[in-house]
Amino acid sequence: MKTLSRLYLTLVFIFLYSPIAVMILISFNSGESTTEFLGFSLRWYREMFRDSATLEALKNTLVLSVSSAVASTVIGTLAAVGIDRMRNRFLRRAVMSVTNIPMMNPDIVTGISLMLVFVFVGTLLGLESYLSFWTLLIAHVTFNLPYVILSVLPKLKQMDKNIPEAALDLGCTPIQSFFKVELPFIMPGVVTGLIMAFTLSFDDFVISNFTSGSSYETLTIHIYSMIKKSVKPDIYALSTLIFAAVLLLLVISNASDSSGEPKKKKKDGSDKKRRMFLMRGKEGGVAK
Amino acid sequence: MKRSFMQRAAAAPHIVWSVLFIIAPLIFVVYYSFTDLDGAFTTENIGRLFTSNYVLIFVNSLCLALISTVVCLVIAYPLAYIFSRMKEKWQRVMVLLIMIPLWMNFLITTYSWMTILEDTGIINSLFKAIGLDPVHMINTPGAVVVGMVFCYLPYMILPIYTVMSGIDPKLLEAASDLGCSGWHVMTRVVMPMSLSGVISGITMVFVPSISTFYISQKLGGGTFQLIGDTIESYFVGTAINYHFGAALSLVLMILILLSMAVMNHYSDSEDEGGRRIK
Amino acid sequence: MNGKKIIELRGITKSFDGEVVLDNISLDIYEDEFLTLLGPSGCGKTTTLRIIGGFETPDSGEVFFDGKKINDTPPYKRNINTVFQKYALFPHLNVYENIAFGLRLQKTKLPEDEISRRVKEMLEMVNLRGFERRRVTTLSGGQQQRVAIARALINNPKVLLLDEPLGALDLKLRKDMQNELKGMQKRTGITFIYVTHDQEEALSMSDTVVVMNEGSIMQIGTPTDIYNEPSNAYVADFIGESNIIDGVMLADRSVRFAGHTFECVDGGFGKNEQVDVVVRPEDVDVVAVDKGMLTGKVTSVTFKGVHWEIIVDIDNFKWMIQTTDYVAPDAEIGVYIEPDAIHIMKKSEYSDMFGDYSSFSDELDELSDVDAEGEE
Repeated sequence: MKTLSRLYLTLVFIFLYSPIAVMILISFNSGESTTEFLGFSLRWYREMFRDSATLEALKNTLVLSVSSAVASTVIGTLAAVGIDRMRNRFLRRAVMSVTNIPMMNPDIVTGISLMLVFVFVGTLLGLESYLSFWTLLIAHVTFNLPYVILSVLPKLKQMDKNIPEAALDLGCTPIQSFFKVELPFIMPGVVTGLIMAFTLSFDDFVISNFTSGSSYETLTIHIYSMIKKSVKPDIYALSTLIFAAVLLLLVISNASDSSGEPKKKKKDGSDKKRRMFLMRGKEGGVAK
Repeated sequence: MKRSFMQRAAAAPHIVWSVLFIIAPLIFVVYYSFTDLDGAFTTENIGRLFTSNYVLIFVNSLCLALISTVVCLVIAYPLAYIFSRMKEKWQRVMVLLIMIPLWMNFLITTYSWMTILEDTGIINSLFKAIGLDPVHMINTPGAVVVGMVFCYLPYMILPIYTVMSGIDPKLLEAASDLGCSGWHVMTRVVMPMSLSGVISGITMVFVPSISTFYISQKLGGGTFQLIGDTIESYFVGTAINYHFGAALSLVLMILILLSMAVMNHYSDSEDEGGRRIK
Repeated sequence: MNGKKIIELRGITKSFDGEVVLDNISLDIYEDEFLTLLGPSGCGKTTTLRIIGGFETPDSGEVFFDGKKINDTPPYKRNINTVFQKYALFPHLNVYENIAFGLRLQKTKLPEDEISRRVKEMLEMVNLRGFERRRVTTLSGGQQQRVAIARALINNPKVLLLDEPLGALDLKLRKDMQNELKGMQKRTGITFIYVTHDQEEALSMSDTVVVMNEGSIMQIGTPTDIYNEPSNAYVADFIGESNIIDGVMLADRSVRFAGHTFECVDGGFGKNEQVDVVVRPEDVDVVAVDKGMLTGKVTSVTFKGVHWEIIVDIDNFKWMIQTTDYVAPDAEIGVYIEPDAIHIMKKSEYSDMFGDYSSFSDELDELSDVDAEGEE
């Protein structure tokens, strides 16, 4: 039984990791082919760094994901606070259902529906190119919001309702109470939301595909257009670097997690699992 | 607790945002579906969907999505069970290992699959090296399923694992104690209890696989079209027609809503069954 | 106690979702007083406290603090501080910063050494010297409790509100903290308004006890008043054990119940007025049958440590009697009641609801105690 399950695990992991292995291998190819490995070289890494379009796209993506992550974290955190305090159950359910829509809907539908609005407003205003950085930002904030809200809300629920009251009692105005007491309390949720928003935004292709104009190319859009032309291993080099960066981040965040607060209760463990699952759980289900 | 104005207004930006960029866009989808290029009301777009050409596209997409979902479930379920019986430390490692591929952009990994599955690709090179005949894999529905399963398998594993790891081992012991055989423990206890994970796994795999548009282009080689590809071609392709594209999206959305409703209904009634046993 | 009024509640009414929680409450609270709001879960005691603290606004009625109406004054502008039920310490701050929190919010910025001096003083007072740098999440319940008290007292409030502050502590710690709290109140001279459902706690700590039930005040008085002179059957039953029997006032200082005429110390009732008679179980003496004013048959005997608790059937009314001498079950006994052990109350809506021990069981009593823990 044990060997059988080991074998099974191995097979699944081979399946999940072979494309990544191929990608890393080919990125060091000395030849131009993406199918034949001719020898080890760093040629494509050099070429990649020489390609100004790629670097531009990387810069664009960073600007976009940072700004959309920050914007959605601010709006989303406030929204979570508001939703948490809502007394009208009907309103609360309505807001939550609408919030969940971008998570439940296929990305392509979210993408085209936003595009239709931009097109409509754009033609109404007589703009020549209506898709720009701003439309991308709006789209990204829109699909990030539910993830931020869903990572902040549980933290608010965990908070003893007397804690903000204690702050008021000791002389805080409601605003001071929010910044001095409530925000520090929900901070872990806010940070998770921020990171999630950043990664979702960084990685998004489908929605960006419909909401970005030619004036602002993100990395994924750039890769898409490169693949459409001819594929050279430089894309693999780029992806390998991104992969390495992500891996590094994961290791750091895991290490800091386990060293920062050594003895967290078990409850937090399950909370973490849920969060990790949320991290990439793009399609529905999670909201339940 | 008295709520200050600030707390009351905190959700306001989000609500305004949702109305502008979630609700309004959906209204636009409906609006475009039922208008022609001049903005006049028409049912022509919807009508055109029922021509054999598009019905075939829908059927193809539905079949491939269903196959991928079932394959994912079959692979994921035993895997999640194996994970959930491991030591806590290993469980964490396994979850991390399952999540890492998700961090790779699917454009790249799909392209990697091309490299692997091509006629002169890695698998066929291996076959050649050991003296086997090459097998044609790329540009077949099978290749598309491989691509989809690769992309969405973790979404099936994680929710099922999350539910299974929450099952108290004492419960399984209690079941065996009450005379359940290993098989019965599985079918009577583990399976009903993990159903909610299965349901969310299915939705998380089915929704993106029925609407995908890139995987089929690359791995299917354009030999057949899926809904996603068709929608995309009407919005950013050469034959731009927002109205017809919107109609396609509307039907896709309704299709997904319907299947989710069916799933939810199914899971609800199962839930009640569970309660009865208790 | 004849000090100045510090808080006045006038005709306070409050409902949540159409359910009346406080029904026309009026209450005076004096400087330097230890006042306890006592009642079962849902009686409105916590809501009263929250109205004083400023966390709820009354639907009607007025709240005065030091003679000024404060209905619409937010909590942060009231010179009142609160010790919350589950302490509500700020988990992201250490003990020092939790206690210093209120000081740091003062308009004129205090120098750090002043803050440090006062925090030390507070820590000293609550016996937590050396705990400055500890994280509050690593403290035991009792220690968190002390931090919560220190945090609330550092601003020198005129009034301290305590919402079931000992509810989460175990029995031994509870007793110690009761003494400490009482001592602290005496030393600081701050008015304490204390909410609890534990009658023993209320009686042992308070200067004044306010017994509440279903949004109304049943009785206000000193602990001895409340115990010895309950104003109605509800209070008599809620505070300690009581036998409550129907009686008729024959004349001043003469009451007839259980088929016998007793001499008592109360008067001022109408002739032949129907009344409730309260006799505490410890005030009933067990005597030989021929020497008893009443006789009855023992139906159950329970050993309680200091005394035996027996249930005696006298004329189909079950009395509870506490006696230091063992009595055998099923024995016929006589009972003797001194005149000053008999307390006469006017009939009220609570008459006939309490006071008979026919269905009494310790277990049920404990169950209802557990229910009360889940208060609000």
